[in-house]
Amino acid sequence: MKYLHSVTLVTDKCHGCTHCLDFCPTEAIRVRGGKAQINPDRCIDCGECIRVCKNKAKKSVYDKLDLLSKYKFKIALPAPALYGQFDNLDDLDCVIDGLYSMGFDYVFEVARAAEIVSEYTRRYLKREDVPRPVISSACPVILRLISLMFPSLADHVIPVMSPMETAAIYARREAKRLHPELTDDDIGVCFISPCPAKVSYVKNNPTNRRPLIDAVVSMKEIYFKLISCMTREPDHEHVSRSGVVGLSWATSGGESAAIFNEKYLAADGIDNVIQVLEQIENNALPNLEFVELNSCPGGCVGGVMTVANPFIAKARIQGLRRYLPVTRNFAGDRDSTEVPEEFIIHTELKKRRIGTFSPDEKLTLQQMTEIEALSEQLPQLDCGVCGAPTCHAFAEDVIRGNASLSGCIVCSFLSNDEEDVK
Amino acid sequence: MADVLKLHFDVDGDDFTSAGEASADVKKRLRLMGCDPEIIRRVSIAMYEGEINMVIHAGGGVADVSVYSDKIEIVLEDKGPGIPDIALAMSEGFSTAPDTVRSLGFGAGMGLPNMKRYTDVLHIDSKVGEGTKVTMIVNT
Ligand SMILES: Nc1ncnc2c1ncn2[C@@H]1O[C@H](COP(=O)(O)OP(=O)(O)OP(=O)(O)O)[C@@H](O)[C@H]1O
Ligand code: SF4
Ligand code: SF4
Ligand SMILES: [Mg+2]
Repeated sequence: MKYLHSVTLVTDKCHGCTHCLDFCPTEAIRVRGGKAQINPDRCIDCGECIRVCKNKAKKSVYDKLDLLSKYKFKIALPAPALYGQFDNLDDLDCVIDGLYSMGFDYVFEVARAAEIVSEYTRRYLKREDVPRPVISSACPVILRLISLMFPSLADHVIPVMSPMETAAIYARREAKRLHPELTDDDIGVCFISPCPAKVSYVKNNPTNRRPLIDAVVSMKEIYFKLISCMTREPDHEHVSRSGVVGLSWATSGGESAAIFNEKYLAADGIDNVIQVLEQIENNALPNLEFVELNSCPGGCVGGVMTVANPFIAKARIQGLRRYLPVTRNFAGDRDSTEVPEEFIIHTELKKRRIGTFSPDEKLTLQQMTEIEALSEQLPQLDCGVCGAPTCHAFAEDVIRGNASLSGCIVCSFLSNDEEDVK
Repeated sequence: MADVLKLHFDVDGDDFTSAGEASADVKKRLRLMGCDPEIIRRVSIAMYEGEINMVIHAGGGVADVSVYSDKIEIVLEDKGPGIPDIALAMSEGFSTAPDTVRSLGFGAGMGLPNMKRYTDVLHIDSKVGEGTKVTMIVNT
């Protein structure tokens, strides 16, 4: 099955300027016939191309809130980054209250689930039979990146569900406890997302069960509606139950801090992440227990579907954390040292969580040799005029039969010159 | 018929930060060819350690990688000081790395032992004052 993507091209707006080619970490973009194209087998939904396109020709596709109207009972799962989006917010309850006023029947903070995931992570790290460093599974971009570029590290990824999925399990359970008459299909769960990667992750339902989440909406899109529903005097029935740990998951380093062990590394920004994964694969980072990787700069607060600048959001979250207890949510089975079955992802990472990655046809030795030979003859300008990000990528396209050598204007220009000389 | 892919890299001895680029480039090609992840990992570890050794101990050198249908051969050649006692250099924990380099996290004396562990063949030719040639083979 094809992997569905949130990140897409708005053809009309694309000028074919080739600017985005340079920024795609997986070389998924080509410009053909004056328009950009995204190779779905290579795209990891990192959103870099959305960040850099000056013509706003790349966008993320997500669900509309109306999608929930068909459900009897509507649940909102706000991502921790949501709390950093508001100026002068001094009470998390205002946000939760706002979500109820918007029409949700129940709100379960993903920050709460994050605290439980942190507890499971600490349990998992006690196991000596798992390869080190253990890599976080929360950012779906990283999962796809590992599958595409670092498959040998797949078994380093912690098989515990992400806070978003964990929140969905808890929220559904709570809804049924409060309203025993509800069936799974009566309940609509909506994640309020900072990034397109979460949209894609949910759309490609990584489990083999009924999806836990029914809709993923953009923080940016619901922002104004939510703000208008937020009042200064929250109704004190609806109270936040997140602690410092949960809130901190919004920013890079927050998840790591909660493992209560200093042998960790937290990297954010896709280029940094790739460098760190290279080093892990090279065995060059010994003595690390845990690695937290976030594709977006600053962590989830840097997602392309957020409103606030990531540094400002981070500062706000610091302020909001201030008088909170460290953690307020605990796994049900507090004395256990195991992660319960329900929260484990069994199916092999690369097969289910991220789609089967056989990016393109495998190249044969012969083809690879031809690519190297052709690439050496190209001008090595990586100018992008041919529509490929680098001369090497263009050589690959030509040998695969996806592009014609005449696409290299510099080459044709030089060969004309030579003819002139003759 | 080309039945071997040859890749050549100059490994700059003046720039620490670029060490590892050649192995990353090789890795990228192996991935495109659908090479087994475990093989890719072994090649990248061995080549990375070798590259770093050329930068730290020998002021840089050249790397030549040949990919055959049944094996990957990595040859690293430098004109550095050479290794006086290869058996000693091969022992775990032996290192002549200066303190400046140790502060960067190198110099545990684990590079050569790891290169041996992760490859099927490791052969070192070295002459003091002339240089070192390290040949590694990973069967695929
Ligand atoms: N290319 C080389 N030229 C000269 N000497 C070398 C070379 N490669 C290795 N050596 C010598 O062999 C020793 C052991 O090498 P090895 O890679 O095992 O450890 P290291 O480089 O000192 O530390 P580590 O690899 O753990 O960072 C080095 O300290 C150095 O004296
Ligand atoms: S940056 Fe990319 S998507 Fe945007 S206009 Fe240029 S080619 Fe099109
Ligand atoms: S979302 Fe990321 S991986 Fe996908 S095309 Fe854009 S830059 Fe490339
Ligand atoms: Mg070494």
